[in-house]
Amino acid sequence: MGIKNVPAHQCWEIKASKMKNIKVISIRIVVLVFISLILSNCERNLSGDVEFARFSTNPEVFIDGFSSGLQYFPFQGSKLDAFKVDTEVRYSGSSSMRFDVPNFGDPGGAFAGAIFPDNGGRDLTDYDALTFWAKASQSATINEIGFGSDFGENKFIVTLNNMRISTAWTKYTIPIPDPSRLVVEKGLFWYAEGPENENGYSFWIDELKFEKLGTVAQPRPAINFGQDETMDTFIGTTITIPGLTQTFNLASGQNVTVSAAPSYFTFKSSNVDVARVNENGTITIVGSGTAKITAILAGVRAKGSLTINSVGTFVPAPIPTRNPANVISVFSDAYTNIPVDFYNGFFAPFQTTLGGAVNIGGENVIRYTQLNFVATEFKNPTVNLSQMTHFHVDIQIQEPINPGDFISIELGDFGPNNVFGGGDDSSGRVTFTNTALSSNTWISLDIPLAQFGLASRNNMAQIFFISDATISTLLVDNMYFYK
Amino acid sequence: MNQRNQFNLRIMNRLWLRFSSVCMLVGLLSCSDYEQTVTTMNQLVMQDEFDTNGAPNSAIWGYDIGTGTNGWGNNELQFYTDRKENVTVQNGYLIITARKESYQGSPYTSARLLTKGKFEQAYGRFEARIRLPWGQGMWPAFWMLGADIDTNPWPAAGEIDIMEFRGQEPSTVLGTVHGPGYSAGESISKSYTLKNDRFDTGFHVFGIEWTPKYVNFYVDNVLYNQITPADVPGEWVFNKSFFILINLAVGGSFVGSPNNETVFPQTMLVDYVRVYK
Repeated sequence: MGIKNVPAHQCWEIKASKMKNIKVISIRIVVLVFISLILSNCERNLSGDVEFARFSTNPEVFIDGFSSGLQYFPFQGSKLDAFKVDTEVRYSGSSSMRFDVPNFGDPGGAFAGAIFPDNGGRDLTDYDALTFWAKASQSATINEIGFGSDFGENKFIVTLNNMRISTAWTKYTIPIPDPSRLVVEKGLFWYAEGPENENGYSFWIDELKFEKLGTVAQPRPAINFGQDETMDTFIGTTITIPGLTQTFNLASGQNVTVSAAPSYFTFKSSNVDVARVNENGTITIVGSGTAKITAILAGVRAKGSLTINSVGTFVPAPIPTRNPANVISVFSDAYTNIPVDFYNGFFAPFQTTLGGAVNIGGENVIRYTQLNFVATEFKNPTVNLSQMTHFHVDIQIQEPINPGDFISIELGDFGPNNVFGGGDDSSGRVTFTNTALSSNTWISLDIPLAQFGLASRNNMAQIFFISDATISTLLVDNMYFYK
Repeated sequence: MNQRNQFNLRIMNRLWLRFSSVCMLVGLLSCSDYEQTVTTMNQLVMQDEFDTNGAPNSAIWGYDIGTGTNGWGNNELQFYTDRKENVTVQNGYLIITARKESYQGSPYTSARLLTKGKFEQAYGRFEARIRLPWGQGMWPAFWMLGADIDTNPWPAAGEIDIMEFRGQEPSTVLGTVHGPGYSAGESISKSYTLKNDRFDTGFHVFGIEWTPKYVNFYVDNVLYNQITPADVPGEWVFNKSFFILINLAVGGSFVGSPNNETVFPQTMLVDYVRVYK
């Protein structure tokens, strides 16, 4: 990569942006900056002779011995002597790399694993894959094998997971997700493998090198495991996008998928006022609203996305402190909950309420929108509340409260026949009007069960929230009965 | 592979290969400085450069529609249509698209174009510049059939496969002739494999030069096979008019079915078709 590769338009952009600043900053300073920018960035651009020195482009890692600069560092906890240079068994030449995976319980280490870096750094931009020949003393599946691990940032680490290996020498190809990124790569090879069914074994690797195969094609990068997913969260949360992979079709016609470090990808947020994403694939939620996170890898749009629905500022409901022995919980992260059939029955045709249980930044919460009425039902089995005295619920109304707004909470008991209907059901409600409510804060309600005026509470099965559309967006948490 | 192909040709002594004296000294197998006459016929008699967007030129191209008998005799899985979803000309390319969609009882759709009754010729140089699709079960072809096939059924009518390709072997194409006594599994065929490259990532020229005495098969600037009447164990039927076909089949006995890793849709892009004499 020489300076001549800097696109000319970048210089023009620098000039243009500096021109705008002339109005607000001392003209003299700006002119100096302007000139120095031209000198440092653009003027040298005109010379075709200027080239940065490249790091070593040596493609060899281990052919018949360590390539120049190559080192060996086993992982902590691994069997330290798992790796040897083997002059007896080899694919070609005079030696190969031999790896002895320990048996389960080996006091020397629980697994075999190491990195092979060249801390001088190599320029691997000319190559498209790491290749090697390998065989094993038995059929096995190597957990992780790849390159880019340097005991540092591992910025461009690549992992082939679950590589099948047999007793016959076979050539393997681990493609580079985007070779242009490997201008100075230290991690030339790494692996980690444990016993197979508690049994150790050996495998050999030979002719380990980077190659320009020319047949590594049809890139199909993916983020979030290739899935389009929507997630509810709130300001201040950070989310790391999982499932980053690159898939190529090889000369053999086989597809191979490797895990690729986030730095191979360029991430994009559709709304940086809601969510921002850095080069490590970490999303930070900064505002309320919706933002879709997508990515490209080497000019190819990655399959999969993460759509962030940020509810804005969110404070979890107060954590319940009552003794679990005195609680029958329907919905709370603090207790073991009874079996619940649903948090939204979508009762047609009169119900407009959408939503239900969601996970907001790791907190399980129920979030209803377009509320008119909604039921949580737990009839398998129904619950005997004869020993309980109160119903507790935390609610938060995420909109302004107007005169006439109300929330009713209704309990439904299925009666002695233990099923809906049959003439023995009873239900009753308690209503909170606008003066008893406030918006955007948790309201903790502790309602004596007697206030519901139920004929029976031995076969409880339903909890309703009713607003008749006066209140539209409602958060609910910590629904439980207690004594 | 190129060199081995050429070496075989040299041994067979059927081609006019002109090697420089340096090459002769260095030896054939290590030789890269060779000259070889790939094509000799340069008088253009038909061309379609696919420069007009929309449906292909109906003066040149017709279509086979449907599934034929037993998937066009090969257990192919697609239903051929002439819909723009399967065949169109855009931006200078004929685009044949194989789609995974339930259509008229078939699980895939695609297209097969042919010049039958529109352009038929005996002898000449037939070539097309094509970027091929990829993936298990994709079977594109640029080929020819004897124009008398309606009255002289296959294989007696003769078939020249200028290019056939298996999506699961992205670097290899085949050139083949079929005739009476040497059809299907007994056809006369040879493959050509690119070194450090593949046919689905860029355009390549596939062609034949056909005279009364031989059919020469080439890819780009490499002549990789010659078939003469002496090579076929039956009647030489390549002495009459043939028409051209271009198609993208899905599945069938030649390639096997697509699997769950085959990506759809797949496209076959044809930059041009040219015929010389």
